[in-house]
Amino acid sequence: MEAYISLFIKAVFIENLALSFFLGMCTFIAVSKKISTAMGLGIAVMVVQAITVPANNFVYHALLKEDALSWIGITGVDLSFLALLSCIGMIAALVQILEMVLDKFFPALYSALGIFLPLITVNCAILGGSLFMIERDYNFGESVTYGVGSGLGWALAITVMAGVREKLKYSDIPAGLQGLGITFITAGLMSLGFMAFSGIQL
Amino acid sequence: MSAVLNSETKKVLVDPLVSNNPITLQVLGICSALAVTSQMSTSLIMALALTLVTAFSSAAISAIRNHIPSSIRIIVQMTIIASLVIVVDQILKAFAFEISKQLSVFVGLIITNCIVMGRAEGYAMKNPPLESFMDGIGNGLGYSLILVTVAFFREIFGSGKLLGMEIFPLVKDGGWYDPNGLMLLPPSAFFIIGLIIWGVREWKPEQSEKVEYKILPIAHGEGGHH
Repeated sequence: MEAYISLFIKAVFIENLALSFFLGMCTFIAVSKKISTAMGLGIAVMVVQAITVPANNFVYHALLKEDALSWIGITGVDLSFLALLSCIGMIAALVQILEMVLDKFFPALYSALGIFLPLITVNCAILGGSLFMIERDYNFGESVTYGVGSGLGWALAITVMAGVREKLKYSDIPAGLQGLGITFITAGLMSLGFMAFSGIQL
Repeated sequence: MSAVLNSETKKVLVDPLVSNNPITLQVLGICSALAVTSQMSTSLIMALALTLVTAFSSAAISAIRNHIPSSIRIIVQMTIIASLVIVVDQILKAFAFEISKQLSVFVGLIITNCIVMGRAEGYAMKNPPLESFMDGIGNGLGYSLILVTVAFFREIFGSGKLLGMEIFPLVKDGGWYDPNGLMLLPPSAFFIIGLIIWGVREWKPEQSEKVEYKILPIAHGEGGHH
């Protein structure tokens, strides 16, 4: 149990996908102008991440890993080079299914999160989460923890960023640094702040 | 050669370098890129990989652009891009294993790099293969330029080296340079990109963004104790 808590804290704070691996930066910069939209996108990323990382974990261990096909009697086959293609296909399909399910059964949630879902397929944080899961060889339980944790970390980062930017628009910034430039510098300062967590060991 | 480099191809090749740079102006493709910039060698490989993938995927997508049904075009584009990335990934693993270990997941993340998708969707779907290829190279180079610049500053100030060769002798080896550890950490990449954007926009002021709230100077006699 302790190992899971440690992994969770690590995924949320220490190895924050946005601030220490720069994943999902395009959306991070583009959609962080208002707290409410940023939070909506953050929650959507968290939900998708919590579903896709375990799903990819399952597919990888059941079909692609070296000798994974031995359960149907095929041995000595290593399909792990297909992981990239299967991950992105899985993500695109799951996002599409999630969109349809939300539309059918939870219309209120769909109208809140719906516009963000297509954006998420091409969000590097989602694919990055799955690829890290494969590289670090997580088992199924760890992949669930990692999926939820890394999604939460990303949501936290973008919400805080939006809060800072809402205040920032009233500041007197040099013309060339206006907008994108100062946003990057802010992200840098936030990333420094998150590094303060790196000493935490559980 | 002169027939190949007519004005249109030249424009799509040179434009993305500064005046329409994918990173500093279009905010595309910064996602995966910055994490590989703590050394010149990894960022050069990453830049090369991305430029090739963008160029070839644009050319391939443009070649079949009239046969792709528009409702499934994203999936078709993604499959082409993902296949090219797998090829690049396998080549790196075979011939440059050390570097591919350092790049870890970031080669795979070229798939979701917005530059590749953006060029496929925004240019290759409407233009013939040769121009799309050039456009891919141009945007790849614009990305490479920023990536290599960031890596240059991070490696030289962070470890006193360039491409592994010693430029500034370090204090611990009896030299004079005390390396700045911050440069090897993620935040420095954000700061350098921010400063590059500032520099480019001071040079080309038409790229600056509009101010949302204009701050007026305090009129005389108001606000403050006189």
